[in-house]
Amino acid sequence: MSKIEDIQHGDHVKVVKDGEEFFGVLMPNATTDVIIKLKSGYNVGFAPEGLHVTLVKKRGPVTAVRPSRSIRPELPRLSIISTGGTIASKIDYRTGAVTSQFDAEDIIDAIPSLAEIANIEGVMLYNILSENMQPKLWSELALCVYNQVRAGAYGVLVTHGTDTLGYSAAALSFMLQVPVPVMLVGSQRSADRPSSDNVVNATCAAVAATSDLAGVFTVMHEDASDDTCLVHLGTRTKKLHTSRRDAFRSVNADPVARVKFQERSLQFLSDQIGRGGCELSVHPKIEPKCALIKFFPGANHDIMNFYLTQGYKGLVIEGTGLGHVMSEWVPHVKEITEVIPVVMTSQCVYGAVCDRVYDTGRDLLKAGIIEGGDMLSETALVKLMWVLGQTSDREEIRKLMRTNIAGEITVDESRTWETFEELP
Amino acid sequence: MKDLDYVKIGLKAGLEIHQQLNTTSKLFCSSPTELKDTKDATYEFYRYLRPSKSELGEIDRAAMEEGIGTRRFTYKAYASTGLVENDDEPPMEINLEALKIALQIALLLQMQPFEQIHTMRKLVIDGSNTSGFQRTALLAVDGQVSLRGGSVRIDTLSVEEEAAQIVDKDVYSLDRLGIPLVEIGSAPDLKTPKMVKELALTIGTILRACRVKRGLGTIRQDINISIVGGARVEIKGVQALDLIEDIVRFEVSRQLNLLKIRDELRSRGAHVEGPIEVTSIFTRTESKILKKKRVWGVLLLGFADLVGKEIQPGRRLGSEFADRAKKRGVAGIFHTDELPRYGISNKEKEALLQLLEAKKGDAAVIIADESAEMSVEAISAVIERANKAIDGVPEETRRALDDGCSEYLRPLPGAARMYPETDVTPIALPIEIIERVKRHLPEKLEDKTQRYKLDFLLNDELAHQIARSENNQLFEEVMNLWCEKDSGITKDEKKDAATLVVRTLEGVIAELKREDVPVDRLKREHILGVFRLVRDKTISKEGVPKVLRLLAEYDTKTADEAAIELGFIMLSESELNTIVEEIVQSQLDLIKAKGVGAIGPLMGVVMKQVRGKADGKLVNEVLRAKVLSVL
Repeated sequence: MSKIEDIQHGDHVKVVKDGEEFFGVLMPNATTDVIIKLKSGYNVGFAPEGLHVTLVKKRGPVTAVRPSRSIRPELPRLSIISTGGTIASKIDYRTGAVTSQFDAEDIIDAIPSLAEIANIEGVMLYNILSENMQPKLWSELALCVYNQVRAGAYGVLVTHGTDTLGYSAAALSFMLQVPVPVMLVGSQRSADRPSSDNVVNATCAAVAATSDLAGVFTVMHEDASDDTCLVHLGTRTKKLHTSRRDAFRSVNADPVARVKFQERSLQFLSDQIGRGGCELSVHPKIEPKCALIKFFPGANHDIMNFYLTQGYKGLVIEGTGLGHVMSEWVPHVKEITEVIPVVMTSQCVYGAVCDRVYDTGRDLLKAGIIEGGDMLSETALVKLMWVLGQTSDREEIRKLMRTNIAGEITVDESRTWETFEELP
Repeated sequence: MKDLDYVKIGLKAGLEIHQQLNTTSKLFCSSPTELKDTKDATYEFYRYLRPSKSELGEIDRAAMEEGIGTRRFTYKAYASTGLVENDDEPPMEINLEALKIALQIALLLQMQPFEQIHTMRKLVIDGSNTSGFQRTALLAVDGQVSLRGGSVRIDTLSVEEEAAQIVDKDVYSLDRLGIPLVEIGSAPDLKTPKMVKELALTIGTILRACRVKRGLGTIRQDINISIVGGARVEIKGVQALDLIEDIVRFEVSRQLNLLKIRDELRSRGAHVEGPIEVTSIFTRTESKILKKKRVWGVLLLGFADLVGKEIQPGRRLGSEFADRAKKRGVAGIFHTDELPRYGISNKEKEALLQLLEAKKGDAAVIIADESAEMSVEAISAVIERANKAIDGVPEETRRALDDGCSEYLRPLPGAARMYPETDVTPIALPIEIIERVKRHLPEKLEDKTQRYKLDFLLNDELAHQIARSENNQLFEEVMNLWCEKDSGITKDEKKDAATLVVRTLEGVIAELKREDVPVDRLKREHILGVFRLVRDKTISKEGVPKVLRLLAEYDTKTADEAAIELGFIMLSESELNTIVEEIVQSQLDLIKAKGVGAIGPLMGVVMKQVRGKADGKLVNEVLRAKVLSVL
C-alpha cells in the first residue's frame, strides 16, 4: 500500500488490486482493510495485501448548514435532554456499528414535527448508549430535569437508549417530585433509517409532555404499527422484547395513557396525578453499592457473602415464584439481613411476592427479608439504592421499601401497622 | 414504424436485469420464498417512512420526492412472516445459498468477484420496503457477453432483497419482501433496440441454467436510454421481453420529439409564468371536475399547439405535465390545446386566456382540487416540467406501460441513497469458494441441448424446449429409469420414451391444468412412478394422462394403485390376440369388401376396447397380421 497515511478519509482515491482499478472516496473503518465508496454509492472493501492506493483529489471542505428556528409564542416550552441511544444514532466509523452521535439539535432537525408541538430547547447531557448508564448519572440527570423545570419548562423529554430506559425512569421517579410531565423516550430502530420509530415515539412523547400529566413516564410504541404510543409509569416500565418496537410494557399496572400519533391526541387509561399536583423537589442522593442477584436451581449462596465482603449496602434477590430461594440459603440469608437489607422480588415478572404461603417463604420472612410486593426487580434495586441514599436507619429502610413512593408498589394500607393512624 | 438510423441518433442503451433466486429462505431471514395469496394474510400493520441522510449527510433527491407528504403504508403479513420482514428485528447474516447462486451467475458472465462483500442500504421510501431501504451488496464487476451486434460489457452484479408486492395504493404484501435477487447491469453499449432485446434473451438463458425462480414477475428489466442531445432516462419494470424493442423505440421518439419541441419553443422565445388563481372563471362551469373547486392556472408563453403535440403513441407533452401533477396528488390537468372539451366551454377557455393575459401562440394549463395547497403544489410541478421542456429532455426515472410507452416516476436516484447496512457485518469471499463454484458451474444451455439430442435422440425442438424448462431436472431423473435398465432397451425405445416424457412434462400436465386438474399436487414420486409403469410396459403411453389425472385428484395414491384402479394393466399379447381375433371374425364382410383398407377403420374399433391397456403400435401389428390371415 502506498503512503495511505497521507490520504485522508473523504479523499478521492484510485485503488489497484490484481490489475483491476477502482475509483472512489476513501471511507473510514476500524480494520486494516481499505473501503472505498464507488460513484454508484456502493462501498467495496479490499484486504491490504498487494493493494495500491493513490490520491486522486483531496476532499473539499465540509460545511453544515443549520436552518434557524423561530419561536412561536402560542406554544409551550419543552426541554429535550439528550442522553444518547438509538433514537439519536448513526454509523460510527470506529467500529462500523451504530452508536450515538447526535445532539439535541440533531434530534430537533431529525424530528421537525416537534417544533409544531412546542418551542424546543435542547440540552445535551450525555452521548452514551444506555448500557453505559450508571447510578451517579441518574442523579445528574435528575438534577438536570429539576433545573429545566425550575427554569420554566412546561414539560421535559429525555431521550434515552432503550436497554436501561426502565432503570433510569425508575430512578427519576424516586428522585424527583415534579408538577409537570417528564417523558423518557427511546427508539428500537436507529434514527438513520427511514423506518425509525424515533419520529413517532418522540412526537407522541412531546404530546404527552405537554399534557396535563405530572410525574415521570416512558413513551414507546403500543404495537407494530406507527399509529399509537403508550405512556407507562416510570417505575412500572419493562423492556420485554429485544428488538420489537412495542418492546415496552407496563407490568403489574395499567398503562397511563395512549397517544395517537397522527391526531397528536392523548387519552387517559388510568388515574394519575395531574399537572401542578405537587411541589417541585429533587432528592438525587443514591447508594450505588447495591446488587441484584438472580436465584436459579442449585445457585450457590456464597454470592451474597461476596457482595457483603465487597462492602455492598443492600441486595435484591430475584427469587422463584412467589419469592423463594432453596432452603439451604435461608440461614445464610439471615446472616446477611443482620448486616444489610435484603429485598425479595420474583423472576416471574408478573404478580406479587408472597412469602406467607409456603414454608420456605415463612422461613425467609423470619430470616429478615423485605418482601418487594409487585415491584419489578429492576425497580426494587433502583429503589433500594435511592432509599439507602436517603436513610441508614434499618426500620426506616424497611418501611420505605414497603411504602408506595412513585407508583412502584401496590400497598393496601388497611393491612399494615406501618401506616397506622389513630381512629377519630 | 420505420426503423430509424440509431447510430446517427446516437442511441446508447444499457440493460438492468432483476432476477429472483430460487433459494429456500430469504436473503436476510429464514422465512420461505414462496408467494402467498393476499387473502391468506393473518394480520396487518401500519407505518410511515421518511427520507434519512446518507453517511455523507446528503438526502437523495428521488427519496426526497417520494418523501413529500405523509403516506401511511399498510403491510399485509402472513403466518410465515418474521420480525425481519416487519422491520422489528435486525437482519440475519447474508444467505450463502443466494451468494453462491449469484456467484455462479457472475462467473458465467465472466465477471470479477470482489474479495469482500459489503451490504448497503439503498434508500427506497415508496413503501415497498418496511425498513425504507433495500439491502444490496455489490458482488462482481467487469464481465462481458457476446452478441451478434458486438460484445457488451456487464458492469455490475449485486445481490439484493426483493421489494414487497404492491396490492393497492400504499398497501403492500410482505410475502415477496426479502426474496434474494441478482441485479445485473450492463454498460450503455447497446446501440439498437434489437441489441437490447438480444442481450435480455442471452442473459435470460444464462440465468435459467442456474437456480433462479421462474414465472411471471420473477424477472424484470429496467432500460437506460439516451440519445445525442437528449438525456439519460431509466425506464423501470419491463416484464415482457416482447415489449423491450417498443420501449426503446418509443423512448427514442419521445426524446426526438421533445428536442423538436425545445427548438420550436426556443425559436418562439417561450417562457413560463407563475401560478394564478382562476377560480372566478369557472364559478358557473358545466365541467364536473372543476365545479365547486379552487382552480389554479399558469400561462405558458409560446407553447400553443405544442402542449398537445404527440411525443409517444397516445401521449403528448401535456401527458408529461399531467404525470408530474399526479405525483402531487391531483387527478390531472387541462391544457388549452385540448379545449374546449370535458365540459369546459370555448367561452371559458377564452376567458381564461384573457385573465392570464395570453397572446396568440400562448397556452395555459389549469388544475383543480378541493385542497388549494395540493393544487398549488401540482401547478408548481407543471411549471417545473414546462421549464424543462425549454431546456430539452429531463433526466428521470420512468415507469414502463403495457403499450411500450412510459410515464414519469421520479428523478434519477443518485449515490446519496446508499448507506452502509450497519446490522450486517462485511464478509470475506474466500478465493477457495470462488474456485469451488467455478468447478461446478452449471452446464450451458447450448451444451445441455446438444447432450439431449445425442443421449436421448430428441429432435431439435424438444431438446431445446426441455433444456430451457424448469422441469429439466425431473426430465433427467425420469430418463434415468431407462438408463438404469439399460440391457434390453433399444435406441428407438429410448427415443420414444424421451419424446413421451418431454411431451408429458411440457404439454400434458399443462393441458390437465387447463382442465382444472390440481396438477400442483403431483409430486416427483408420482411422475417417476407413472413412467416406471410405462417403462415396464405395465401401462401404455396413452394411459399416462389418465393416471396423472387420478394422482392429482387423489394425491394420497401411488402410481401403481392408480393404474390398477383405472384397469390400466397392460393386456398380455395372447389376451390382445383374442380380442383382435373376435373383432376380425365379426367384421369379415368389411374385410372382404375393403381388403387391407379395412385395417384403418378396424384399428379404431379395437383401440376403443383396449385403449390404455395395449400399445397402439403392437395393436396395429397384431391387427394387420390377423386381417392378412383372413384375406
